[in-house]
Amino acid sequence: MRGLVLAVLAFGLIGPIAAGLWVTARAGFGLMPAIGATEAGLDPWAALFGLPGLVTSLKITAFTGVVSTLLSLVLALALTAALQPRLSGGRAARLLAPFLAIPHAALAIGLAFVLAPSGWIARALAPVLGLDRPPDLALVGDPWGIALILGLMLKEVPFLMLVSLAALTQIPLRQHLATGRSLGYGRAAVWLKLIVPQLWPLIRLPVMVVLAYALSTVEMGLILGPSNPPVLAVLLTRLFFAPDTALLLPASAGALLQGALVAVAFALLWLIERALALAGRMWVCRGGRGRGLDPLLGIAHALGFAAITLGGLSMLALLIWSFAWRWPWPGALPESWSLRAWTGAGPGLARAFGQTLLIALATTGIALALAVAWLEGEDRARTPRAAWAEALIYLPLLLPQIAFLFGLNAGFLRLGLPGGLATVIWAQALFVFPYVMITLSDPWRALDPRLTRAAASLGAGPWRRLFTVKLPVLLAPILTAAAIGVAVSVAQYLPTLFMGTGRIATLTTEAVTLSSGSDRRVTGAYATLQMALPLAAYAAAFLIPALLHRDRRALKGGAA
Amino acid sequence: MSLVLDRITLQPAGAAPLFAPLSLTIGPGEIATVMGPSGVGKSTLLDAIAGHLAPAFTLTGAVTLDGRDLLALPAEARRVGLVFQDAVLFPHLAVGDNLAFGLTATVKGHTARRAAVEAALAQAGLSGLHDRDPASLSGGQRARAALMRSLLAEPAALLLDEPFSKLDANLRDEIRAFTFAHIRARAIPALMVTHDPADAEAAAGPVIGLTSQGDPA
Repeated sequence: MRGLVLAVLAFGLIGPIAAGLWVTARAGFGLMPAIGATEAGLDPWAALFGLPGLVTSLKITAFTGVVSTLLSLVLALALTAALQPRLSGGRAARLLAPFLAIPHAALAIGLAFVLAPSGWIARALAPVLGLDRPPDLALVGDPWGIALILGLMLKEVPFLMLVSLAALTQIPLRQHLATGRSLGYGRAAVWLKLIVPQLWPLIRLPVMVVLAYALSTVEMGLILGPSNPPVLAVLLTRLFFAPDTALLLPASAGALLQGALVAVAFALLWLIERALALAGRMWVCRGGRGRGLDPLLGIAHALGFAAITLGGLSMLALLIWSFAWRWPWPGALPESWSLRAWTGAGPGLARAFGQTLLIALATTGIALALAVAWLEGEDRARTPRAAWAEALIYLPLLLPQIAFLFGLNAGFLRLGLPGGLATVIWAQALFVFPYVMITLSDPWRALDPRLTRAAASLGAGPWRRLFTVKLPVLLAPILTAAAIGVAVSVAQYLPTLFMGTGRIATLTTEAVTLSSGSDRRVTGAYATLQMALPLAAYAAAFLIPALLHRDRRALKGGAA
Repeated sequence: MSLVLDRITLQPAGAAPLFAPLSLTIGPGEIATVMGPSGVGKSTLLDAIAGHLAPAFTLTGAVTLDGRDLLALPAEARRVGLVFQDAVLFPHLAVGDNLAFGLTATVKGHTARRAAVEAALAQAGLSGLHDRDPASLSGGQRARAALMRSLLAEPAALLLDEPFSKLDANLRDEIRAFTFAHIRARAIPALMVTHDPADAEAAAGPVIGLTSQGDPA
């Protein structure tokens, strides 16, 4: 069974990604016969660096990517330390769920609504500052990328917190906290000196995923980032979809550059890790009790509260704008309400919703089946997961999407496979599978092995053990993994754009397209629906086991 | 019907065998007891006989049950029942469904199966608890339900891994008498691992003391 899964992954995952990278790399060095480019050379690179604003674009990409990741990590760790006594397992998952569920694009649109000169923040300040009209400030799309950093942080802090809380269950947290504090160390100092060093190896890969995403996001860069020049991934997407096919060559060179940028950032992260490990050891050995650090936890607490408020306001803004009609300055709420945005966009909205749901269910189904097959294969082979297999799972999340998606699409076209629903489902599954697999692995391994042994001793063969014992007992985590799968699928922008060759319209592609226009009401409607779909999946993942297992005490609280 | 262990040794990867070669014949209705210090490999021995030995261990010797070579068979084909310290009832199934999971597939038809389960519940003093959540049972009820689940599978031998150690003292005697009575009534060989000399005494069968290899004792 594991052989089968590995074959599926080799042909469905590694092969295509490698082929995509290969096609992109060839095009980056001038070879793309389909558009008549047959001369290898560095011309695409010259053209790329000849683009106005490229260097600025690179700088802003590196700045927003690295700063947002580091700030997210620091804040997530501090918040985890501050809230950990009150946030365990299921509660944290439920509290963080809306932030994990909401697609990047929807959150970005909502945040843009809140931050905009005519948004809630400016409206709230209007009476204080005596503003009689929206201020003339570029608060969204600012040249420093502050809004983009903020948007990325709103998504990544909850993700890193969830990852950290899950990893904490693997270290003897309570004993170490008690030991450290009985030796006279302050709470924050115990975390910095004892807990974080143990936690880091367990969350390094997720942090790298966050870093790779922050450096290569298109949809958030498009909505919140500066526009002229934009971040690199947005610039490249423009080039790839430009009418002039000659631009495909410098765009491919840029995609390679994007990959190199992520690699350099990984190296930087590694250097920071080494340096901090060295400095940290000296700091630990010096024995300072660091009791003065504890107020930092209070600050983290306050920042976390502010972030939750801002995130909540962003989600609310989407909903309110979709029903707003007249909303004059500086009112906090619209003067009149209307359903016109929903009814006017009705047919297109319904079509996009249907496509999105179909793709989400298909990709999640595929990903779940593969994950269960892989995990069950590991059980039957009775071997723990090899390091290369773990790396394989993370691979699609560590590579910038743009670096291989173009090549993949071009390769498919050459094979005579036009983009469409099937290619979109397959491309999204590349990104859904890792998340489903990562989410399901821990609960799967935590399953009491005596349950399957008892079943075997009662005469139940491997398939009966899987379907009547393991899967039902693991229903809650399986549904949680499915909900995350749905959320990841709904949020996909670039794979849908590239592999659907622009013909597959999902809620996300439509919302991103609309966000550059002026009609906030219709944009709000699309983004609200885009947010509602994964939220509904999370709610179902919570309610179904609660209902089915309402009389099964031992299975309650297992949803995490 | 007898369970025969022939010169069994268990060797963890890269270490010495856990105990000296063990040979033992357990007759029908006989309850053999294995005692010994923690870590000597008592539970590992039961895992090996039941077919759940972790891959890190190497097993030598032979185990036969009524002449069948057990070691060649997967766990589900050995017909060796296993009773744990905690009852390990399936948490997603009602008490009766746990028993039905164990009930041999040779009993066919909904009515006949339900009747067999109800009869077993009644025998265990669990009448009326068919639809209950296993988590809502008391410790003694759980232990009896787990034993009935094992017996309904019609095992040819039964392995007991410290089956009474988690029970209160007054309950222990009752459950022990209940368990042993069923084993004797069915005339199947049983092998019990325990720390409690009173268990061995009540079992009234052969008692094997395992000592770790190379121990001066």
